[in-house]
Amino acid sequence: MAMSLAAKLIARACGRERVTPGEIVTCRVDLAMFHDSSGPRRLQPMLEQLGARIWDRNKVVLVMDHYVPERSEDARRIVRIARDWAREQQLPHVYDSIGICHVVVPQHGHIRPGMFCVGGDSHSPTGGAFGSYMFGVGSTEMLGVVTTGEIWVQVPRTIRMRWRGRLSRGVTAKDMMLAMIGRFGMNGGAWQAVEFTGEAVRALPMHERMTLSNMSAELGAQVGLIEPDEVTRDWLAAHGAPGVEIAPWHSDPDSADEEHGFDAATLMPQVAAPFSPANAAPVNQHVGTVIQAAYIGACTGAKLEDLRFAAQVLRGRHVAPGVRLLVAPASHADRDAAIVEGTLQVLQDAGAQLLPSACGVCAGYGDSLAADETVISSTARNFKGRMGPPSTRVYLASAYTVAASALAGRIADPREVLA
Amino acid sequence: MKAAHRVWRLGAEVDTDALAPGAWMQHGIEVIARHCLEALRPDFAPGVRPGDVIVAGPDFGIGSSREQAAAALRQLGVAAVIAPSFAGLFFRNAFNLGLLLLTCPGCERIGEGEIIAFDARAGRVTRADGDVLPAEPIPPFLLEMIEAGGLLPQLKRRFEQRTSP
Repeated sequence: MAMSLAAKLIARACGRERVTPGEIVTCRVDLAMFHDSSGPRRLQPMLEQLGARIWDRNKVVLVMDHYVPERSEDARRIVRIARDWAREQQLPHVYDSIGICHVVVPQHGHIRPGMFCVGGDSHSPTGGAFGSYMFGVGSTEMLGVVTTGEIWVQVPRTIRMRWRGRLSRGVTAKDMMLAMIGRFGMNGGAWQAVEFTGEAVRALPMHERMTLSNMSAELGAQVGLIEPDEVTRDWLAAHGAPGVEIAPWHSDPDSADEEHGFDAATLMPQVAAPFSPANAAPVNQHVGTVIQAAYIGACTGAKLEDLRFAAQVLRGRHVAPGVRLLVAPASHADRDAAIVEGTLQVLQDAGAQLLPSACGVCAGYGDSLAADETVISSTARNFKGRMGPPSTRVYLASAYTVAASALAGRIADPREVLA
Repeated sequence: MKAAHRVWRLGAEVDTDALAPGAWMQHGIEVIARHCLEALRPDFAPGVRPGDVIVAGPDFGIGSSREQAAAALRQLGVAAVIAPSFAGLFFRNAFNLGLLLLTCPGCERIGEGEIIAFDARAGRVTRADGDVLPAEPIPPFLLEMIEAGGLLPQLKRRFEQRTSP
């Protein structure tokens, strides 16, 4: 019987020749990632209660990204717990205040094709862009993983999203995702495996593929997989993981349980209105909506590629009077590359305010957008009350569309600026 | 007849950020629970009583991995959440925290304040008028997790057995 990539990854992790959708199996975990909020402050007291130890500290990665930089007593306390615990446990892989976990962890070569990984954060499916079975878990489930090295999964069905053609200029992976979420809804993935494939997906650079897998969370999928290829291998080789094997990690023909086709060439930039990513529609339906702030940030929308998109729109121009353009690069590596190539200067010359490389207002764990504001954002979620008070209205879009809207002071189609 | 439970009726797509608001996430569960659902139903946290149940629309628990979303409901004494569908990550978190979820396609007929009963093992929800709504079966290992009070007590037992002579 034909096996999907998801089934092959799970079969390897549970030590079986083959597995079938619907089966419940126990998998050995290759990597457990968590951050300052979901990790030490929750795990440490529970580990003490159990009198248990970490099963394999080499397979654990800790990233401080949610409560950094520390702006309150509570934040200082939470981050201090993480730092003290990392020292006490002698964790070999700790990334403190250098960016967001879903970007920093792959940038250090930790996530490779064929691996089975869990993350203490809902955007953990980002790892699927590297051909790894990676999904999010809560802290108690993470406790189970770090003490036993194991976790149960129900082998998912595979929902294949096949994108033919090529994206036109000004249209991105973010627009592809918003279009799919708009069509299938926030739980359309039904905790199954979504697989992104087709010419348009293969043509995407690694950062854009990561955006697809990242927002699988908003599609309600457990994982968002992309078959690894030369793009994956070359990117990993440049990020500390040379020579990865890609050949075994593909889906057999006819292994999908469901397949949906999309045309990349006719896709328009998408905008999701408050208060759900599923409220996605082509940008022309929202053109003219007045905004007070534009935010380029998060693991979803502030990688180097996103900063370049914004710069293409903003070069030689300035944001509209009274509009704040906030840019929080996803990691220091993205920020530094943007400095070297001049991208960041373009953004700052256009009036962008640079914020720290952390989860920031996207997580809503401290920093917040202002009440009653309308904001366009390159982040993943626009739930009521998430990024600000319940009166803050957040529209989601690509970095291109966010930048074009910042110039106009109202939601705008980036293709008009790029033309 | 199993115990009777008073219903709090919520709509579709109740998200984790509504259950456990980010602005309170730096605090312990007692504080977070006081703000549970305040953006949607400000009367919920002050008014809910132990043994009450939530009956919601589809896709309950979409959003974040924060398990405080499930823990807050447990903290407030919610006996079960009944909905036509749940977000997968919330589903796992709820059982890990000892919060029972019943996937019940017909539950949207149930009204606010109604008194209902449920039987998780048998997979049914019984309305005040005796109408029985089927709920999807729950794998036995998850029912055991609920009976144990969640994953943490189960792990405790496992490690006690391992360390005892």
